[in-house]
Amino acid sequence: MKPAIVKARPEDVQKDASMILQKEMMARHYDRLCDAPMTGEKVASTFVPGNLNELIMCFDLVNNLPEVNAIQSGLRKKSGQYIMEAERAGHSEDVCTYVKSDIGMMMKGNIGPNARELPRPDVLLLSYTGCFTFLKWFELLREQYKCPTIFLQTPYMADGRITPNMIQYMVRQLKEDVIPTLEEVSGVNFDIDRLREYLKKSARAEDDLVAVLQSAKHKPSPIDAYFGGIYYIGPIFGAFRGTDDAIEYYKFLRREVEERIAKGLGPITPDGTMEGEKYRLVVEGPPNYTSFRQFWKMFYEEGATVVASSYTKVGGTYDFGFRHDPERPLESLAEYCLNVYTNRSLPMRIDMLVNYINEYEADGLLINSIKSCNSFSAGQLLIMREVEKRTGKPAAFIETDLVDPRYFSAANVKNRLESYFQMVEQKRSGKGAAA
Amino acid sequence: MTGKTTEEIVARAEALYDDLDFTAARAWKEAEPGRHVIGHLPIYVPRELIHAAGMLPLGVMGGGDRLEVIHGDAYYQSYICRIPRSTIELGLSGRLDFVSGMLFPSICDVIRNLSGMWMTLFPDVYVKYFDTPQTFDDEIGGRFYIGEMRELLEGLERISGRKVTDDDINASIAVYNENRALLRALYALRAELPWRAPASEAYLVARAGLVLPVEEHNTMLRDYIDAARATRRPMKDNAKVILTGMFCEQPPLNLIKSLELAGCYVVDDDFMLVARWLTEEVPTDGNPLEALSHAFLHHSMSTAAKYEPDEAEKGRFLIRAMERTGAEGVIFASTSFCDPALLDRPMLQHVLDEVNIPYIAFKYAENSGQMQPIREQAGTFVDSIKLWSAA
Ligand code: SF4
Ligand code: SF4
Repeated sequence: MKPAIVKARPEDVQKDASMILQKEMMARHYDRLCDAPMTGEKVASTFVPGNLNELIMCFDLVNNLPEVNAIQSGLRKKSGQYIMEAERAGHSEDVCTYVKSDIGMMMKGNIGPNARELPRPDVLLLSYTGCFTFLKWFELLREQYKCPTIFLQTPYMADGRITPNMIQYMVRQLKEDVIPTLEEVSGVNFDIDRLREYLKKSARAEDDLVAVLQSAKHKPSPIDAYFGGIYYIGPIFGAFRGTDDAIEYYKFLRREVEERIAKGLGPITPDGTMEGEKYRLVVEGPPNYTSFRQFWKMFYEEGATVVASSYTKVGGTYDFGFRHDPERPLESLAEYCLNVYTNRSLPMRIDMLVNYINEYEADGLLINSIKSCNSFSAGQLLIMREVEKRTGKPAAFIETDLVDPRYFSAANVKNRLESYFQMVEQKRSGKGAAA
Repeated sequence: MTGKTTEEIVARAEALYDDLDFTAARAWKEAEPGRHVIGHLPIYVPRELIHAAGMLPLGVMGGGDRLEVIHGDAYYQSYICRIPRSTIELGLSGRLDFVSGMLFPSICDVIRNLSGMWMTLFPDVYVKYFDTPQTFDDEIGGRFYIGEMRELLEGLERISGRKVTDDDINASIAVYNENRALLRALYALRAELPWRAPASEAYLVARAGLVLPVEEHNTMLRDYIDAARATRRPMKDNAKVILTGMFCEQPPLNLIKSLELAGCYVVDDDFMLVARWLTEEVPTDGNPLEALSHAFLHHSMSTAAKYEPDEAEKGRFLIRAMERTGAEGVIFASTSFCDPALLDRPMLQHVLDEVNIPYIAFKYAENSGQMQPIREQAGTFVDSIKLWSAA
C-alpha cells in the first residue's frame, strides 16, 4: 500500500515556513552580490567544504560560492547547456560537472539565479577540503579573472585523527598568508575579537542544526535528512554561518521541526506532508539536482524517508560534537575544515554510515554514486559492502550525476529503488535479502 | 663499462616490467632475514627514507595491459580510471603479499580514497597516506612536510625495529642523487640523440628503477647510457615531441612504441615522476629532512597534481622543456577519467597557444589495446609539424 500524502494545491509546491524564510535570505544574498559593483562591496569566491565565512566577514567581503551557483543552475535546468558550453571550449567530458557548469555559466554571462549578472570576484579564497578538484577549479577561474588567489590547504584525515602537525600547518597558513592577504585585498585590518563574535554565533546556529538533523531519530521522522536536509544546510554551509540571520533561521527551523514531532507528522515534501513512513534510509553521496524533485518523489511516493545522509556533512560535520570555538578561533577554523565529510578517511566514512544506520534505526543504506565526483565515488562500492557486512542491513547502489542531466536515467533509478524496497521488505519478513 | 648491449639491458628491464609477481623484489627480500619492502603509488614519495630504513621501495604503477582484472572491477564504477582497480587486483590476487607497507601519495581523490580501502582490505599491512604540502614556504609547507616525513620514519622504524639516523638518510640521499643525475643524463641523451635512446627503451630502463634496489638501477642506467651512445642506429626524419599527462596511470608500452612508429621522437615526458621529482642535487651534509623538504618545495617537477601559486608560472614547465629538448610539439595524453590531468589540460593548452606551439590531445587507459587511432592522430601531427617547420 502506498503511503498517504496530504496533497498540496496542484499548482504549487508545498513549503515549510522555514523554506520561505530561507528563500528570502538567499534572494537577499544574491541581490547583495549582484549589487556589489554599485555598492563597492568586495566579493570573495570560495568553496562550501572549507568555507571560512566568519573570516570572510571580518574583512567585510561578500561570500560567493560557485558550487551553490552550480546547484542553482542544476535546479533551474540550465546546467546542461553550461556544461556543453564548457565542453565545446575544450573541457573534457570526463571531469567534474560542477566545474564545467560554473565555467559554462561564466561564458554565458554569469547570470545568477536572480536573473542578474554575478560580479567578478575580487579575490579567490581557495580554501578547499576533501577534494582535489577545487584546486584546479580555482586555477581555471584565476586564469579568467586575474584576481589574487589565496590558498589554504587542509591535510587529509587519513588515519582517522587530527594531528598537531595538521593544526599547526593550517594555523600557520592562516596567520602568515591567508589573513595578511585578506587584509591587503580588503583594506580592512584583522580583528580577532570580531572573528570570535562570529564564531560564537556560528556555534549557536550549529546547535540548532544538529537538533534538527537528529530529530530524524523520531518515528516517524519529522524531516527528510537528504532531500529536505539540503535545504536545512543551505544557510550554514553558505554565506550565513556566523550571522544573526543564521541563528534566527535555525531557531525557527528547530521550532518548526519540534512542532512536527509533537503532532507526529512526517516530513514535508513538495506534494505535502508524507504520512505513513514505510522505509527509513541512510543515503551516501550527493543528490542529482537536474531532476531533484522527480528523484525525491521516487522516495516519498514509496513512503521512504531518508533519516541521515553524508551529503549534509560536506560543509561541516557537527553531529559528533564539533562546534566553532571562539576561545580557539584559528584552531577551530582548522578543525572545521579537517572535519568535513569527504576529508574523512574511508574507514571513518564507513563507521559514520554504520552508526547512522544503528542510531537512526534505518532499514539500510542507499548510495547515490555521482559520475563526475571522484572524491565521493571512488571507494563507494567497498563502503557498500562493509556497511552491509557490519549492519546486516541491505544496501543499494544507484548512479546519477549532480548537475549533468545526461546522466540521470529516471527509469533506471526508479527500477533500482523499487527492487531495493523489495529487498528491505524481504529482509523484514525474515526471508533474507537478495544479493 | 660492462660492455652490455642495449638489447641485453632492455631485455632485462622488459622482463622486470612484465613480471607482475615482482619476483626481483621478492628475491631481494628473501635474500636476508628482516628485510622489508614498502610499496608506493605514483607520483612521489621520498624513497630515500625507505632506503635509509634498510628497506626496498617498490613503485606500484597499476597492472598495465597484461594483468587480467578479475576482482578489481567489483570495487570501481566504470567512470573511474584503471589504476586503482588494477592495484586492488594486484593486492587481492596476492601479488603484493610480501609487502610490509603501502604508501599512497597525495595525488588525487582516487589514490587518496584507495589508501582507506587498503586499510580496510589489508588491515595487517602498514598503510600511510603520504600527504605533501601544496604551499611552498619553508616555514609553512616545509614544517608540515618535515612533520609528515617524521611520521613516515616512525612508521618504518616500527616495522624494522631500528632507528634511522640522519647519517643513514644522508647516505641514501647521495645514492638517489646519483640515480637522478643518471636519469637526467638519460633524458639529455634522448633529447640530443633520440634515435640512439628511443623513448620506449628509455621508459623500460627508467621503470626498472621502481622494482630494483637503487644501487643496481644506477649500474643499469650507466650501462644503458654508455651502450646507447655507442649504438649506430640511423637517424630518422621524425619530429621531436614532449609527452605530458601520463604522471599516474601508465600507458601501455605499445602506446609509446606506436608514437615512435608514427614518427615521433618523444624527448621528454612525465612518466614515473617519483624518480625525477627532485630536479637538483639534494645536499647531503646537513639536516636531511630539511634538505629533502627544501628540494621538494623549491626544486621539484610541475604536474597537474600540484598547485601553481604563481599564475605567470602556470604551464611554463612545458615551454622550458621545449627549449631544453628542442621539441617541436606537445602531445597531451591523459588517462580517461583523470580529473587532475584533464582539468589542467586546457590551461596548459592556453599557454602553448600564446606562443604558437602545436599540440594534440588524446586519452588512454593502461589496458588500451587499439593503437591505430592514436597512431594515425600522431602521424598527422608529425606531418603537420614538418609542414610548419618547412614553411
Ligand atoms: S569532484 Fe565532487 S567534491 Fe569535488 S568539486 Fe566536484 S562535485 Fe565537488
Ligand atoms: S589516473 Fe588520475 S584520477 Fe586516476 S588515480 Fe591517477 S591521478 Fe587519480
